[in-house]
Amino acid sequence: MTVGGLIRANLFRNKKRTFLTVASVAVAFFLYGVLRSVTTTLDAAAAVGSEARLVTSNASGITFTLPEAHANRLRSVPGVTSVSWSNWFGGYYRDPQDFFAQFAIKAESYLAMYPEIQITAGDREAFLRERTAALVGVGLLEKYGWQVGQTITLKGTIFSGDWEFVIRAAYTPAEAAYGDENMFFHYEYLYERTNGQITPGWFVVALDRPESAADIAATIDAQFKNSTAPTKTETERAFQAGFVTMWGNIGFLVRAIGTAVFFAILLVAANTMMMAVRERIGEIAVLKTVGFTDGAVAGLVIVESLLIALVGGALGLALAWSTFQGRNPMQAFFPGNGVTTGTTLLGFGLALLLGMISGAVPALQSARLSVTSALRRVA
Amino acid sequence: MSSPTSVATDTLVEIRGLSKSYWRGSEEIRVFADIDLDIHRGEFLALMGPSGSGKSTLLNIVAGLDHPTSGSVVVEGQDIARMSSRQLATWRSTHVGFIFQFYNLLPVLTAAQNVELPLLLTHLGKKERREHVLAALDLVGLSDRAEHFPGQLSGGQQQRVGIARAVVSDPTIILGDEPTGDLDATSGSEVLDLLERLSGEFGKTILMVTHDPNAAARAKATMHMDKGVLTR
Ligand SMILES: Nc1ncnc2c1ncn2[C@@H]1O[C@H](COP(=O)(O)OP(=O)(O)OP(=O)(O)O)[C@@H](O)[C@H]1O
Ligand SMILES: [Mg+2]
Repeated sequence: MTVGGLIRANLFRNKKRTFLTVASVAVAFFLYGVLRSVTTTLDAAAAVGSEARLVTSNASGITFTLPEAHANRLRSVPGVTSVSWSNWFGGYYRDPQDFFAQFAIKAESYLAMYPEIQITAGDREAFLRERTAALVGVGLLEKYGWQVGQTITLKGTIFSGDWEFVIRAAYTPAEAAYGDENMFFHYEYLYERTNGQITPGWFVVALDRPESAADIAATIDAQFKNSTAPTKTETERAFQAGFVTMWGNIGFLVRAIGTAVFFAILLVAANTMMMAVRERIGEIAVLKTVGFTDGAVAGLVIVESLLIALVGGALGLALAWSTFQGRNPMQAFFPGNGVTTGTTLLGFGLALLLGMISGAVPALQSARLSVTSALRRVA
Repeated sequence: MSSPTSVATDTLVEIRGLSKSYWRGSEEIRVFADIDLDIHRGEFLALMGPSGSGKSTLLNIVAGLDHPTSGSVVVEGQDIARMSSRQLATWRSTHVGFIFQFYNLLPVLTAAQNVELPLLLTHLGKKERREHVLAALDLVGLSDRAEHFPGQLSGGQQQRVGIARAVVSDPTIILGDEPTGDLDATSGSEVLDLLERLSGEFGKTILMVTHDPNAAARAKATMHMDKGVLTR
């Protein structure tokens, strides 16, 4: 036997209790892993847009559209190199619960502005040529088993009716965070099907010098200030972040829940260690009698509680990690989501902290335990 | 283990002016005061006396488990009364083998593992530890029970494992606080046989607290503690 064997024997002394404690720590760290991944994903989503492109939307809110005529005036603003626009379509394929994003775009200028959308020259031509053509992310192809050339029907929610599209091209995102579950189709198709009732949802403005983005945005908004449709212009990143904050204070909520769970589990783990030490008072006295120092018996207790916390933490984090593996429910909303290295490291840090804190009081108790009074108590 | 010795004049433990008091508030509860005692090498001593007379207290101080209020306890030239608890822990690991009334084996460890405990603090390798453990278990006649857990052993057998644990690191002195106190006559007698052998055959120095005159009769000398006074 070794000192490790002694710790093992103590851990397996009450298998059920050790298992339950490890399991509750695991559940807590699973929650932590999932919740923190939600916040890191939200943060990443807020940072995904370009700083070199501006988005001009209706000052009354993004559900309001803008007159197409704004495009020409935007093009004439100094520093603006090109202008395109896009509309939110909001349809679904078969299952209304099964969400993915569709955008009606002014295709030629839009694709020129978005190097994130990687597409072959041939596909690009095929997409641009056909009025009802759709360009979809490879993730969508995989998700629904679609093929290029296939005709699909989406049900409109904002624009009612059945909408047929022919998939003419697929793109791969240049970076995972851009997402591979978007669908693009021609603004003209939307315009015609709605009998010209629709106007651009928002304009995307490319700049020659990104560092002057703030000035140009101010110039644009000043220009439209007294028009029929005043605008709100911001960098695409800020615009994206605005969407993300629609998720409200999820970050705060997640942190609050996480903290509460951590402290709840701290009490559970601390209680387990206290019980473990309380029922072992006689044994600790024996260890001290044969020559284990106060520090050594305290160390045994700390190592035991660290093992419980670290094993539980590792299990919980592994579980959280596997939750986000492959195609998961958050993929469409937040591409590239998952347990980050930061989350894993912080998780192990927290587990370490949990083990230290929950073991601290019982460790101190065992260090301070007087052999003579312990033996008197046991006898 | 050290070779048999008949030299009984060599002083191993020299206790001078030993006092122990407890305080309840400002009230002093004196257990004993100003005790002098010499324990010679190879001696097998019994300590008797009424309950509450301070036998365990004295034994615990000699074992380095408790600090006296005043006085000195010199063992092989070292005054353990002046050692810090940390120093005492290390000192105990090499000098003291302690036998408890209620055996105090760790229930999660096998007999062999219980005996091995004191050796975890030594520099012995795994194989050497195993050899020492088997030798100690052999000495107490429990080689065949090495892998048994305490719950699978009788009280007498558990106490013999306790003795094996007390002798495995070849300590300077073996101390027992009513080692037969929880055993029936037969098992108690077996334990006393063992202690006699340790003293006679291996020259071990033994101090044993007991309430049983028959047990005390097996020792080479008996001391009495009464109302804080020790008589030899
Ligand atoms: N921590 C303590 N605080 C106060 N008094 C104590 C403490 N420990 C022991 N005593 C007192 O010291 C006295 C001696 O106790 P001790 O345990 O040495 O007696 P004993 O001779 O071993 O008795 P027994 O035969 O019952 O084991 C008792 O009166 C006891 O109440
Ligand atoms: Mg006693």
